[in-house]
Amino acid sequence: MALLLKNAHVVDPSVELDGIRDVLIDGDRIAEVGENLSADGAEVIDLSGKYLVPGLVDMHVHLREPGYEHKEDIESGTRAAAHGGFTGVCSMPNTDPVTDNGVTIEYVKSVAAAKGHCRVYPSGAMTKGLKGEIISEMGDMVAHGCVAFTDDGRGVQGAGMLRRAMDYGKMFGKVFMSHCQDEDLVGEGQVNEGVASTRLGLLGWPAEGEEIQIARDIAIAKLTGAKLHIQHISTAHGIELVRAAKAEGLPVTCEATPHHMFLTEDAITGTYDTSLKVNPPLRTADDAAAVVAAVVDGTVDAIVTDHAPHADWEKSREFELAPFGMIGLETSLALVITNLVKTGKIDYARMVELMSIAPRRILGVDQVSIAAGSLADITVFDADATWTVCEDDFESAAKNSGFKGAELTGRATDVFVGGVATMRDGVVC
Amino acid sequence: MSTSSPKAVIMDEAAVSRAMTRIAHEILERNEGCDNLAIVGIVTRGDLLAQQLVDRIKEIEGVDVPLGRLDISFYRDDFQTFSPEVHATDIPFDVDGKRIVLVDDILYTGRTIRCALDAVMDLGRPARIELAVLVDRGHRELPICPDFVGKNVPSSHEENVRLYLKEVDGRTSVEIFDIAPGAHVGSAPLGGE
Amino acid sequence: MAFNHKHLIDITEYSDTDLMTILETAKAFSQVNERAIKKVPTLKGKTIVNMFNEPSTRTRSSFELAEKRLSADTLNFGGSSTSTVKGESLIDTVMTLNSYKIDMIVVRDKHAGAPYIITQSSPVSVIDAGDGKHGHPTQALLDLYSIWERKGSFDGLKVGIVGDIAHSRVCGSLIPALKIMGAEVTIVAPGTLIPAAPEVLGADHVSYCLDDVLPDLDVVYMLRIQRERLEGAPFPSLREYHQLFGLTKKRERLMKPDAIICHPGPINRGVEFDSYMADHPERSVILDQVYAGICVRMAALYLLLGGADNGLAS
Repeated sequence: MALLLKNAHVVDPSVELDGIRDVLIDGDRIAEVGENLSADGAEVIDLSGKYLVPGLVDMHVHLREPGYEHKEDIESGTRAAAHGGFTGVCSMPNTDPVTDNGVTIEYVKSVAAAKGHCRVYPSGAMTKGLKGEIISEMGDMVAHGCVAFTDDGRGVQGAGMLRRAMDYGKMFGKVFMSHCQDEDLVGEGQVNEGVASTRLGLLGWPAEGEEIQIARDIAIAKLTGAKLHIQHISTAHGIELVRAAKAEGLPVTCEATPHHMFLTEDAITGTYDTSLKVNPPLRTADDAAAVVAAVVDGTVDAIVTDHAPHADWEKSREFELAPFGMIGLETSLALVITNLVKTGKIDYARMVELMSIAPRRILGVDQVSIAAGSLADITVFDADATWTVCEDDFESAAKNSGFKGAELTGRATDVFVGGVATMRDGVVC
Repeated sequence: MSTSSPKAVIMDEAAVSRAMTRIAHEILERNEGCDNLAIVGIVTRGDLLAQQLVDRIKEIEGVDVPLGRLDISFYRDDFQTFSPEVHATDIPFDVDGKRIVLVDDILYTGRTIRCALDAVMDLGRPARIELAVLVDRGHRELPICPDFVGKNVPSSHEENVRLYLKEVDGRTSVEIFDIAPGAHVGSAPLGGE
Repeated sequence: MAFNHKHLIDITEYSDTDLMTILETAKAFSQVNERAIKKVPTLKGKTIVNMFNEPSTRTRSSFELAEKRLSADTLNFGGSSTSTVKGESLIDTVMTLNSYKIDMIVVRDKHAGAPYIITQSSPVSVIDAGDGKHGHPTQALLDLYSIWERKGSFDGLKVGIVGDIAHSRVCGSLIPALKIMGAEVTIVAPGTLIPAAPEVLGADHVSYCLDDVLPDLDVVYMLRIQRERLEGAPFPSLREYHQLFGLTKKRERLMKPDAIICHPGPINRGVEFDSYMADHPERSVILDQVYAGICVRMAALYLLLGGADNGLAS
């Protein structure tokens, strides 16, 4: 049955659209976009006062399946994604077994197809077992639908290894996504090195431990010609390195998370809140401001969450023993609206670029737009809804958010994936 | 802490002085002199009265009797009277075999004296311990009986009896108050209220 | 005078008045420790758990003596026999202890922040007996006590702390405590042993040269060097460390005549200092510090269990 979405404020910079429109969906595609549309027999949904944008994609998500279903599984993770307004996520390969072969890619895809609440674009490991020793079967993974390569969670330690992986894998045309962390420099670092590490008596995770590998990876991208995407960039100097690489015309992109933009190391106090233990760590206020500025000026291409779910008992322990990571799928859109759009730093068109268009472009997956003929992957949100982040509200199996208690503005209400509603009126379907 | 004005002044400076002089004589009489005698005052104010007794004994007998001061904070049987202010105990003599006169200002339930007895016993083994108080206001909760009393003052539980001394309070008198709800019962705090 | 603290974890929550109250109280307890009967009934009927999740014979013994001299019932809980080894979380262990109906937990843990976790899982008072590289407040108190005994005041006192400041739980409490009391703190070490942001702790000056700063110091506080650590060592050899940062007889001529030497123990002769300085009859207060440990721990136990959460801290 056709679906007529009436009176939404449509924002889609890819078709230079910013105004009140009706959108008619027929089957999995958009049939028509215009004013005062009507369609016999179509179900009509009035979206007056709401925004309608090309479906959001989070290109950095840990769905944890297979292997860590006690933290999250593909069903609960994609449910959280739909709840947060996303129509697609890129899953990370640090599963058990590691997603470093075609069979595991196929598993992730098939579970997502059977139980998922959004599209899942699986990434595959750059090296077998994430060990940084042997190139994984990239060709086989691509044949089964792998969209990108990454050793996220650890990063490739050897420059020679990274070069081999890029030189080999560049023939598949996929992006290499880098988790930048020099293990020899970072060691057992727990929080940003400096004020936080000294104050808390925890080992420091210096900014340079990230920046050294950003610089190295850019150099190797230049050497090999492979496409490089810097993951969860967190430092001011790291931003400078990416800015310079882009100015040089290198195929380098980067992403930033809401927590690195809107939280700082100062949030970690004598209460040792482990939900604020993330990797890379929360940095200084200057770093956070530099990341925001880079989001505004285009140096940062995409906003991602690095959604990293963990079981409560894994996080409810000594800071040094708790795993890194926080969840983010269900707060990302609201954090961006509250802290970037409502403050006038960016407009909704830029937000769509950051959270919808750029992620698809970097991952090389089918682009969508609010135009006739496009796949009907659509996110609808109420830009003025105010709400308080509360763990009872999460659809994710995990509750480890660093934003609990935050008062936010803006919230996804309806999501359509290929014309099928995955959330209606705030309720995940 | 609210303190109403006293209902009555029970002893004025002269009365306190006369009582201390009499107690000094009684102690000497009971002990047949001051051989082996030592005076130990319980802080706060018992120690000042103990000093007065030592001075009187010096006047009467011409002998310096050893003087000690005892803080019983660590011996209290509850924390109801907890104060972080701990005054040093200072007993500059060996208590073994001594005849010790404990001195306190107001004798009421007897619990302070029980603490003081424990405290002195932990310092050694005196030959005997006697108790001198300026005022006995009754209401004992323990089988403790003073050997030397300045004045017996019948009082009720709703009243508080306090000694003020010139050295620390600017005036010397024993006064009786109605207890304001929640007010501190016991010795007047040093340095005013 | 009010003392409104339930826990002793973060020393920066204590005012100079609070710290002086602890020192004065410790002095009163010192008299008890000098007596033939070194025991008072103050904490009769109170149960204190010494939860030492990391071995520390000295600190635990000091706490245990302090507790026993206050007549508390003590339970030593920890070591390799316990829960963490069996996979139980700290929170579950603490909830088990709660069921024993206890009154206080004294905790030593190799992880920073563990004492705070306990306060969130138990209604009782908690004393941090050392958590990771974060803090060790009773060590700071005993250091303050030892310095106060010898110097009488902290105002403008110049204290130099020499050694592994970066990995020292002692410094996490001692430097802030010295600052609260009005002292001036210089830290002296090779760059590998200086914390990333020393000003956060309150250090006024950072020096790489002991000889430069020694003439100004009233107190020279030598930190213990971990002999056992070899791989990734922060300096090339103990010999070179001793040459550069060891307090030796040769260096004594640089010291003020009345400067004193502290060390949290256990000492390494030939590393932090030579025997001449370690045993210096006028300068070394190292053994006084051990004694002070009993007194300040008695004071802390007394003040926390008496002052906290009893509805009387007015």
